[in-house]
Amino acid sequence: MKLNILAFGITKDILGAAEKEIVVMEGISVGQLSHILETDFPQLKQLKSFFIAVNEEYAEGDRIIESSDEIALIPPVSGG
Amino acid sequence: MIDIRITADKLDITDCLALTEDPRSGGNAIFIGNVRDMTNGERVLRLEFECYKPMAINEIRKIAEAAIAQFSVRNVVVHHRIGILYPTDVAVIIVVNAGHRDKVFDACRYIIDTTKQRVPIWKKEIFENGAEWVAAHP
Repeated sequence: MKLNILAFGITKDILGAAEKEIVVMEGISVGQLSHILETDFPQLKQLKSFFIAVNEEYAEGDRIIESSDEIALIPPVSGG
Repeated sequence: MIDIRITADKLDITDCLALTEDPRSGGNAIFIGNVRDMTNGERVLRLEFECYKPMAINEIRKIAEAAIAQFSVRNVVVHHRIGILYPTDVAVIIVVNAGHRDKVFDACRYIIDTTKQRVPIWKKEIFENGAEWVAAHP
């Protein structure tokens, strides 16, 4: 299935775009997606932290992703 | 009452105080975060803030609701600015009030500390010789 991934902050620089479409297997979990992205973009592993949000909420690693989900990469935040 | 704004416009403390005006509240705590001109001895020219707005608003709302539940405060305003900011510009204003003063300090501190930990807003510091996403690397 195709996923459209939103990237923010430093992850936008690492992916080279604010949005990226990738093709993954059906039934993929957040943890598996994270692993695939870290393999494709090793600089993600050098971050202090790296979370994936699903539908505007922080997601646990065992969460299963649907093709209609909004996926976003959340590098260390620095607001305030 | 909870009021949350994420905006590229200049923040206004008078607006925030007007929003929290409440005859039942006798104590107000205010936190104002502004842009510093130095980081680790390097001159900061400007900051570039970006955010994942719908999620950032959700997360700030959860934090404000938790503050109201945990500290029994009455009103919470969180206004955060994004876009390009220069030293001395105000990046965030938090106003909390309650019947009495004791809890508002704790609630205000909880809100700014938790915002810095959880809310998807990022800032890039632009120096004379380079730029860096704040806190991205260990």
